[in-house]
Amino acid sequence: MTPTPLSVTVDEGTRVAIKHQGIGSSPVRPDGTLKVRGEFAYASDLWMEDMLCGVTLRSPHPYARIRSIDIGEALATPGVYAVLTHEDVPGQNRYGLEHADQPVLAEDVVRYQGEPVAVVAADHPEIARRAAGKITVDYEVLHPLTDARAALEPSAPRLHDGGNLVRHLKIRKGDHDPQPEADAVVVGEYSVGMQDQAFLGPESGLAVPSGDGGVELHVATQWLHADQKQICTALGLPPEMVRLTLSGVGGAFGGREDLSMHIHACLLARHTGNPVKMVYNREESFFGHVHRHPATMRYEHGVKRDGTIVYVRAELWLDGGAYASTTNAVTGNAGTMGIGPYVVPNVHLDCYGVYTNNPPCGAMRGFGAVQAAFAYESQLDKIADELGLDPVEVRCRNAMEQGSEAPTGQTVDSPAPVAELLRRLQAMPLPPEPATPGPVDLRDLPGGVSNTTHGEGVVRGIGYAVGYKNVGFSEGFDDYSTARVRLEVVGGEPTATVHTAAAEVGQGLITVEQQICRTELGVERVVVHPKDTRVGSGGSTSASRQTYVTGGAVRAACRKVRDRVLGVVQQRLGRTHADLRLDGGKVVSDAYGVLADLADVLRGEAFEETVEWRHRPTQPVDPETGQGFAHVQYAYSAHRAVVDVDVDLGLIKVVELACVQDVGKAINPQAVTGQIEGGTAQGLGLAVMEEIVVENGKIMNPSFTDYLIPTILDMPPMRIEVLEYPDPHAPYGLRGVGEPPTISSGPAVLQAIRAATGRWLTRVPVRPEHIIETGFGTASHRGQEGRVEHG
Amino acid sequence: MRVTCTVNGERQQADDVREGESLLYVLRERMGLPGSKNACEQGECGSCTVYLDGAPVCACLVAAGQAQGRDVVTVEGLTEGEDLDPVQEAFVEAGAVQCGFCTPGLVVATHDLLRRRRRPDDTEVREALAGNLCRCTGYEKILDAVRLAADRAADRVAG
Ligand code: FES
Ligand code: FES
Repeated sequence: MTPTPLSVTVDEGTRVAIKHQGIGSSPVRPDGTLKVRGEFAYASDLWMEDMLCGVTLRSPHPYARIRSIDIGEALATPGVYAVLTHEDVPGQNRYGLEHADQPVLAEDVVRYQGEPVAVVAADHPEIARRAAGKITVDYEVLHPLTDARAALEPSAPRLHDGGNLVRHLKIRKGDHDPQPEADAVVVGEYSVGMQDQAFLGPESGLAVPSGDGGVELHVATQWLHADQKQICTALGLPPEMVRLTLSGVGGAFGGREDLSMHIHACLLARHTGNPVKMVYNREESFFGHVHRHPATMRYEHGVKRDGTIVYVRAELWLDGGAYASTTNAVTGNAGTMGIGPYVVPNVHLDCYGVYTNNPPCGAMRGFGAVQAAFAYESQLDKIADELGLDPVEVRCRNAMEQGSEAPTGQTVDSPAPVAELLRRLQAMPLPPEPATPGPVDLRDLPGGVSNTTHGEGVVRGIGYAVGYKNVGFSEGFDDYSTARVRLEVVGGEPTATVHTAAAEVGQGLITVEQQICRTELGVERVVVHPKDTRVGSGGSTSASRQTYVTGGAVRAACRKVRDRVLGVVQQRLGRTHADLRLDGGKVVSDAYGVLADLADVLRGEAFEETVEWRHRPTQPVDPETGQGFAHVQYAYSAHRAVVDVDVDLGLIKVVELACVQDVGKAINPQAVTGQIEGGTAQGLGLAVMEEIVVENGKIMNPSFTDYLIPTILDMPPMRIEVLEYPDPHAPYGLRGVGEPPTISSGPAVLQAIRAATGRWLTRVPVRPEHIIETGFGTASHRGQEGRVEHG
Repeated sequence: MRVTCTVNGERQQADDVREGESLLYVLRERMGLPGSKNACEQGECGSCTVYLDGAPVCACLVAAGQAQGRDVVTVEGLTEGEDLDPVQEAFVEAGAVQCGFCTPGLVVATHDLLRRRRRPDDTEVREALAGNLCRCTGYEKILDAVRLAADRAADRVAG
């Protein structure tokens, strides 16, 4: 083959097209068309001839001993194919993400309301439900343990063999005995209610018995390989007999990290020999997955007159509910990021993750950092208030930056533009003041067309908050992803196929995988292979890690493929070029221009590489001091909230949310702002409406009628600025995006409500009675004179 | 019970429908049309929105028997052959689709809104779509999509 003449340059058209679809662009998502046509197959849409429907019988009691279970009548029901209990679990009847403490089906004791006790398969969901109702379980009801602090009292009943403490994370940094001297001491106690992920697509999956005695499971999940491992243990099968494929996932937000119907459906399918589908309805979904840990937090900040923080002492209690799930890691996060993105020389912090008989809690977007942020950001506002300083100034004075030392003692070794985020927010224009006096549009007011106010009693407030989150799995976890990339000519066109097991849950990972392949391999057509366990683990779709870690793996696999292809080119040319790349479907040399068509180079051959890629290793923290290189990367965002509050009725309308976030490199700008907007909405929800109300261990509101998530009327317009300060350690310099906005939006809204009402609110979600009544719950009453009315 | 109705222009029949089955269930499980979604089955989320005799309804709240002899259009029926409806096109382009579970309902609700109001302002859009929950997008790009779809539709009329 002879080199192409030097005068030939890359076709600009092609090049532009590929640049347009590569990293830094926002191509349309490959599943978008199917989704708008209603043809995308979610887990709950799967269908097979002869498939049975599985349902779960759950405990009505938060804590009870099981004396006996009688399945006779249920099993005799026409249309019923199987009724299974713990006795039918062939392997180990325990599973769990960090610690296998949860029974697949309860044995002698149930520890939360909703704990699965038996499963039924029948040929119609209604028959299955009715049969489940005929199972007789004889319970000895016990008094539930429902308070996280009380659970640590020596007199509390032990819910698990190891006691009720899942983890105690300690941070001991600098001096704390005696406490360093401070000009002022600011103390506060805060609490956060239990939030639900409320993904719209309910838990669902289809288990199909396979010829070899194994099972194929099509399921909506966040981490196929972690599921597979737990299913194998319960079924007593080797991994090659339990194959998982990701079906369409209707959102996740942490709620699909733990298993739900997975093992149950596999048990029923293997038992009956039929495919078995299980779909939770909304009510069951509230019992079928873990929630965000409710928290109570006590903080003490010692500060200098100028607002410099001298020390922080803090205690945080996280209610993990009945089983461990990810409480260990959540406790680690809440603790190690417990003082916020600030530089504090002296920290004494204790964070406890605890077992109770409340619903199990685990992963939800923000993962421990969300709860802590409500407390530390409230403290910063309180400091500003006490010292008569501007809240943004106080934050900037203490802000972490590159080179700072985190509370774990690790040096922040990439850009940390915390102060800049806040200053940029402050510089953004504010939304227009409501027209005063003058006609009002009801729809712009709290209460809207319910016609609850015409502007009287409505006050406006502004609040700022900043938050941060670790990206990727921390504290020494071997956090990796696997990518297989294949390059070949298909239909005359060079085509890349990318295969990872990393779950697409809506965030747009499949688009990002395509973009990376296009950028690295200079091809336009990229096929995303279905996600399954036929390739190595992609790690979890959580911790804002997939673009970083699976993105890193895809990039590494592409580069291996590319190097092989370029090796072939040089072999054929008979000389080496240091400057070769693949671009626009061509092999290009910077010095000589186009040397060959990629399709000609590939000919009939397929170039395939599989790479396991890891980020820099982290370390476990010291158990006594919490010191260590715990986190590979931090990601930061800040919000400004503007709210109107009707102080007569306690109604809140968030008028605007502004956000500035550093993402290192926006791989897909449209997806980045999509994450910021969606994440912000979930933080707003926690601040003003979302709470699973639990009384005596029982969920009082398991429906979308009573558990409210923000509607399009609740979510205000947003202003967003995205910064791109590259992290030199990360692929393309990128930073995880998904979680930070959920961390900083809520505290900003809370502070704006305080600013509007003059009430020192200490609990989220804020309820109308917190605004109207004095001294309700933990809310104290302060600064009422500062209230300014308009309207 | 047998239920017969017109769905997306075609006569459909479902046999052995049990009492208590909703139109949503029959569409999804008996007629092979799973496009309409089942996020709450309580009338709270709008993911199951379909047209019933031209009016948007939550299919989960319509008893299957109520659809007898009537005309149903689902999200699957908005597409003409391979061509997407401008609303569908706009949702994809504006990034209004993440997990997409809310999308079929929002597409139908938006389609209905734009039939009634060619150029709704944002406040009207918010009122009209307040019954459709989305957990992923924070709604900003859904508003973008509605504006884009309205522009496109106007262009088509003008063109
Ligand atoms: S499924 Fe019908 S409104 Fe939610
Ligand atoms: S895109 Fe996931 S619920 Fe709307």
